[in-house]
Amino acid sequence: MIYDTLIAPFSEFEFMRRALAAVIALSLGGAPIGVFLMLRRMSLVGDAMAHAILPGAAIGFLLSGLNLFAMTAGGLIAGFAVAILAGVVARSTGLKEDASLATFYLASLALGVTIVSLKGTNIDLLHVLFGNILAMDDRTLLLVAINATITLVVLAVIYRPLVVESVDPLFLRTVSRAGGPAHLVFLALIVINLVSGFQALGTLLAVGLMILPAGIARFWSRDITGMICIAVASAAVSGYAGLVLSFQTRVPSGPAVILVAAALYIASVLFGGVGGLVRQMFPGRHLEA
Amino acid sequence: MLICLLTLATPLRAEGRLNVVASFSILGDFVRNVGGDRVNVTTLVGPNADVHVYTPPPQDAKRIADAKLVVVNGLGLEGWLPRLVESAGGKATIVVASNGMAPLKRGSDADPHAWQSVADAKVYVANIRDALSGADPADAEAFRANAAHYLAELDALDAEVKAAVAKIPSERRKVISTHDAFGYFAQDYGIQFIAPLGVSTETEPSARDLADIIGRIKKEKIPAVFLENMTDDRLIGRIAAETGAKIGGTLFSDALTDEKGDAPTYIAMVRHNIRALTSALER
Repeated sequence: MIYDTLIAPFSEFEFMRRALAAVIALSLGGAPIGVFLMLRRMSLVGDAMAHAILPGAAIGFLLSGLNLFAMTAGGLIAGFAVAILAGVVARSTGLKEDASLATFYLASLALGVTIVSLKGTNIDLLHVLFGNILAMDDRTLLLVAINATITLVVLAVIYRPLVVESVDPLFLRTVSRAGGPAHLVFLALIVINLVSGFQALGTLLAVGLMILPAGIARFWSRDITGMICIAVASAAVSGYAGLVLSFQTRVPSGPAVILVAAALYIASVLFGGVGGLVRQMFPGRHLEA
Repeated sequence: MLICLLTLATPLRAEGRLNVVASFSILGDFVRNVGGDRVNVTTLVGPNADVHVYTPPPQDAKRIADAKLVVVNGLGLEGWLPRLVESAGGKATIVVASNGMAPLKRGSDADPHAWQSVADAKVYVANIRDALSGADPADAEAFRANAAHYLAELDALDAEVKAAVAKIPSERRKVISTHDAFGYFAQDYGIQFIAPLGVSTETEPSARDLADIIGRIKKEKIPAVFLENMTDDRLIGRIAAETGAKIGGTLFSDALTDEKGDAPTYIAMVRHNIRALTSALER
């Protein structure tokens, strides 16, 4: 019975195994990014970047038709351009990060919509470019795995400046100049993970799998390492449980994964060990020496 | 009588050709064949675009305002159109091309893809002929002649499709296609179509839906899966990889291609589809 519900779908169908591999790879790359986004109060940046990617995909489509590679490359370039321009403006002027990003992504989105309608066809670009977790072919799976690897390696390299900058940017500015470059590299990582997530899961799931696990982790750990571990684990668990849910109940897979993550988040808000509501109402006895 | 008709027609002739708007490319092709050089046809949803999820730009309202006739498929296909006609404020008459044929039901709604049956396409053509003749009586004779010629071509096409299907062994007459648009084709020609998506291209399949399809292909030994010219082909690729079914070519369902494509006209589209089906299903 338990075997039939939880394991049989994966042993019986290859597409389920591939979907599981993809969500785990996405969890490894996306969840740590989500944690840093949250710590830097940039949680909504993921959504904004998702829109910024459209014009690049549209240009790729204009140049070479429905070619996934061209559209992905275009999306990456547009995402990088917006991320880096917004980062540079925020660093060099008084405008705050969120405001400068908002202006760039809105301009980019408008440009994208214009380009799409110039072409005069109305295939939903984001739909075509950004697939379905159940449809992982070799190329997409490889892309997701490579992105996760790059993300983890690069995060390891910029980990120290990134952490320091997240908690005390002024201190970092006094002791090192690594803050600016680290920030730009981080923005690039966001774009890579979004494009990789889109390829596999569509816009909804890609951003959701980044941000929700970070929100969950916040209620269970105080230090960044712990948060990252919990975020990755809860993203992977949501992915697995969402796939099983979709298999057993006919809920579309993408939303199913996010719904499971949302349920975990609500449980964490209520019962989380760090700042959860129940915990606040009934604080344990103070430890006495 | 004749003189009366001629005088009636004079203002129209002075304006030149009859302006007709067709909602999507296949209807546009029908109108072009019946109207010949006496009508000006514009199609709102162009080649390769999906008529189900179309959002009309302002030019469309202008085109409709300029038109004498607006030819639509009906059967709930163009949900966005009535509002557009109203807001365009033109005096265009709406012609429902599928009038008078018996629609297939899917759940409580009619299946709109009737043109996939050549016999029903003939109903479309007859309706378009009558509407054009009504709007421009002076050219009615020409429209009738064009339509008769085109209907004869469609009869030949119908016979051609039936002959091609007859060559496929009957236990192999079933395929998987991403778009559930071939209900009428299936009914008339006896090839079974099984679709991973619902009646519209908008819904996303769940893991269970996909598992059911894979199970069914394996159980019933369905020989081929077909891609379509607009939805995610990775999904179908996955199904094929998992079952060993053959990936057939593209089947065109809701849209013609542009001039350079494989299906620039309705007749070319049906021929292309039947060729793709037979080459995948014949042993």
